[in-house]
Amino acid sequence: MSTTLEAPIAEPLRRQGIRGVGGAQWLLISAVILVLLSFVRATTGATDLTSDGTIGAALTLAVPIGLAGLGGLFAERVGVVNIGLEGMMILGTWFGAYGGWQWGPWRGVAFGILGGALGGLLHAIVTVTFGVDHIISGVSINLLGAGLARYLSGVIFTGHSGGGATQSPPGKGAISTFDVPVLSGGWGSPDVLGSLEKHHWFLISDLAGILRGLTVGVSWLTLLAVLLVPATYLFFWRTKLGLRMRSVGESPLAAESLGVPVYRMKYIGVVVSGALAGLAGSFLVIVGANYYREGQTGGRGFIGLAAMIFGNWRPGGLAAGASLFGYADGLQLRQKSAVHGLLLFVALLLVLIAVRAVLRRQFVQALVAAAVAVAFALWFSLSTVVPSGIVSFTPHITTLLVLALASQRLRPPAADGVPYRKGEAG
Amino acid sequence: MTGAPMPVRKPRSVDLAGLGYNVAALVLAIGVAVVIGGLAVELSGHNAISAYRLMLRYAACNQADSSTPCTADSVIDIINRAVPYYLSALAVAIGFRMALFNIGVEGQYRLAAVAAAIAGVEIHLPAVLQVPLMIIIAMAVGAIWAGIAAVLKVTRGVSEVISTIMLNYIALGLISFILSSYLSGNNTDSNNLSIATPDLPSASQMPGFNRLLHDLGLLGSHPDQVPGFLLVAAIIGTVFYFVVERSRFGFDLRASGLNPFAAQAGGVSSARMIVITMLISGALAGLVGLPYLMGQAYSYSSEFPANLGFNGIAVALLGRNKPIGIAFAAVLWGFLERSAQILDLNGIPQEIYVLMQGSIVLAVVVAYEIVRRAKVRRAEREVARQVPEALGGAVEVTA
Repeated sequence: MSTTLEAPIAEPLRRQGIRGVGGAQWLLISAVILVLLSFVRATTGATDLTSDGTIGAALTLAVPIGLAGLGGLFAERVGVVNIGLEGMMILGTWFGAYGGWQWGPWRGVAFGILGGALGGLLHAIVTVTFGVDHIISGVSINLLGAGLARYLSGVIFTGHSGGGATQSPPGKGAISTFDVPVLSGGWGSPDVLGSLEKHHWFLISDLAGILRGLTVGVSWLTLLAVLLVPATYLFFWRTKLGLRMRSVGESPLAAESLGVPVYRMKYIGVVVSGALAGLAGSFLVIVGANYYREGQTGGRGFIGLAAMIFGNWRPGGLAAGASLFGYADGLQLRQKSAVHGLLLFVALLLVLIAVRAVLRRQFVQALVAAAVAVAFALWFSLSTVVPSGIVSFTPHITTLLVLALASQRLRPPAADGVPYRKGEAG
Repeated sequence: MTGAPMPVRKPRSVDLAGLGYNVAALVLAIGVAVVIGGLAVELSGHNAISAYRLMLRYAACNQADSSTPCTADSVIDIINRAVPYYLSALAVAIGFRMALFNIGVEGQYRLAAVAAAIAGVEIHLPAVLQVPLMIIIAMAVGAIWAGIAAVLKVTRGVSEVISTIMLNYIALGLISFILSSYLSGNNTDSNNLSIATPDLPSASQMPGFNRLLHDLGLLGSHPDQVPGFLLVAAIIGTVFYFVVERSRFGFDLRASGLNPFAAQAGGVSSARMIVITMLISGALAGLVGLPYLMGQAYSYSSEFPANLGFNGIAVALLGRNKPIGIAFAAVLWGFLERSAQILDLNGIPQEIYVLMQGSIVLAVVVAYEIVRRAKVRRAEREVARQVPEALGGAVEVTA
């Protein structure tokens, strides 16, 4: 039964690929970006553009965004829009901090996941069972999550050393980190990448710095989180349950007529969505800060949503979006002047895009890209520093641009956000 | 009944029953929140009943115990809190009436408040002109910011939910950029590191009603003003009612919300409606920060109240997107915030009010949805009953 069901639905979806970008193209894009970054690093002397410190910080900053984005993906793939990610993430930070304070980091992570999943369950009950508009439910959950965290802190954290109405006491210990052996000096091996990075050779040292940033002092939780990206892909596109869940997000009535339990699929998707948001929150607490603080999520639930849209509702693209947003953040933290170099990088990237458009005879596109490239080049040459306020909204403006300029190429699940009631298929 | 032609119009009594359903839903939702809040109080080791009694007495009287005489301070404070929520909820509600989600009130009001704060310092006109000018500037800035989302939706099909969320964060970044560049040019005292615009001159301040009420013998002396924006809010609420419920535009608006395809077929341009509604919503959102800016703080700083926009969504939902309902909900929000303050003094965490706000709004949307379904079912039953009767003998023959 299921094998005959699988082929006709899966094939057209699979053929679309990640915005039609194959593995070879990904490699080419990465190479172009690397060369451009190295060039900008060498000409502007902003060494932190490709230093291991920046990349390490970017990774730590990208993980919560990516996890929240995966949370958004799980909900939207079953057709439920989850604006409540932020609230579920707040629950994740609070519960994560509570578990970490009481028992230690891994229990903290488990508690954070549980807290987020409870938020997801609430969203599922309200939207799936009661059929309330998804946006309204999500906004309410954001308010409720923030309120619950504040109330619980006032009751439980107040009076303990380091704790208060807006902050938790520090957690017990931290999750250990590791250096990859051979590459980055783990297990007493020589630090190959580190020695390469020191020389500031064009391209080689840059690549070494980036790789070292990804392989030195990596938290086990980070590794786990990164592995969730391919795991999500395999789950949704290579398992029966994943296919059934996606079918619910594409066409619930068709899924129902084929015997897929639509409500159950939606419940699973939304609860997992909350759990991932909770994991994102507990990551902030356990790996990022070792305590809970009010407002710690700082809108990352929404940035996660943005990363998911940027990634066209696909795990790979979502990870690329999260990395981009994390990189902008990390660079800002490490070296403010390096952000200025990024302007040149964007200008050069746009020049390449313009050249490509000319070769494809898309002259309007080429003209627009060239004009924007000139604007960025002017901005680069006429200023010395990019104000931090402007850097802070890079993810958001990128998302708006992607939505505005590439909306024809975006393909959200067909029944995303559409209310569904059992038995309407007739 | 048999044989007599049935009127197509529903009898009046049915509408009353519908209203009863709505009131029941509201009572149920508030009841749920009271229970949740009560549980929260009990869990913190206090008596819920006495906590609620304390809150009510404090809100009405500004006193924790009945032995000292009442003052109106709490009531004035509740009004001061309710007015921004009211304006914010109206901004959200006009969008909701045509199924348009303006999640971006948050960014719109903050950007508008910054613009008004700077304009109020930089422009020097007599108060009669200065105050309206600041209001117009704030409304214009709010409308422009919301207009971006409208244009993106109409021309590029971008969901206004996502674009307004993104615009919120862009607004926050822009504000920090504007403030830092404005203040660095303006700040002569290099030791002054606080991020706040200079205080508004008196010509830029919105007068309150205390003087008038005092002269009328209605009010004693109070530290806080009865806000002048109360009048503005009342006027806007009235205009809102007539525009949405009684005008051609309001009909088109509600029709687009209920059935966009039918409205389109009836000659209503949905693109035009989206742009106009979003501009109005943004203009209303622009007003949200002004009562605080022009009546209480007189400057925009990092302490400027946040989340007025998100709470506005909750208040609009609770008030069913109607001016009267929203007024009630805004006062409830102000009441909860003010009355919870007394709890801290008695060792009860005041944060239960946030918990209650959150649970009220969630409970109320679920309750309204249940009511809506009940109404649909009832209407279906009604039709099922009426159709055979209306067809008269024909049905009986086949039966």
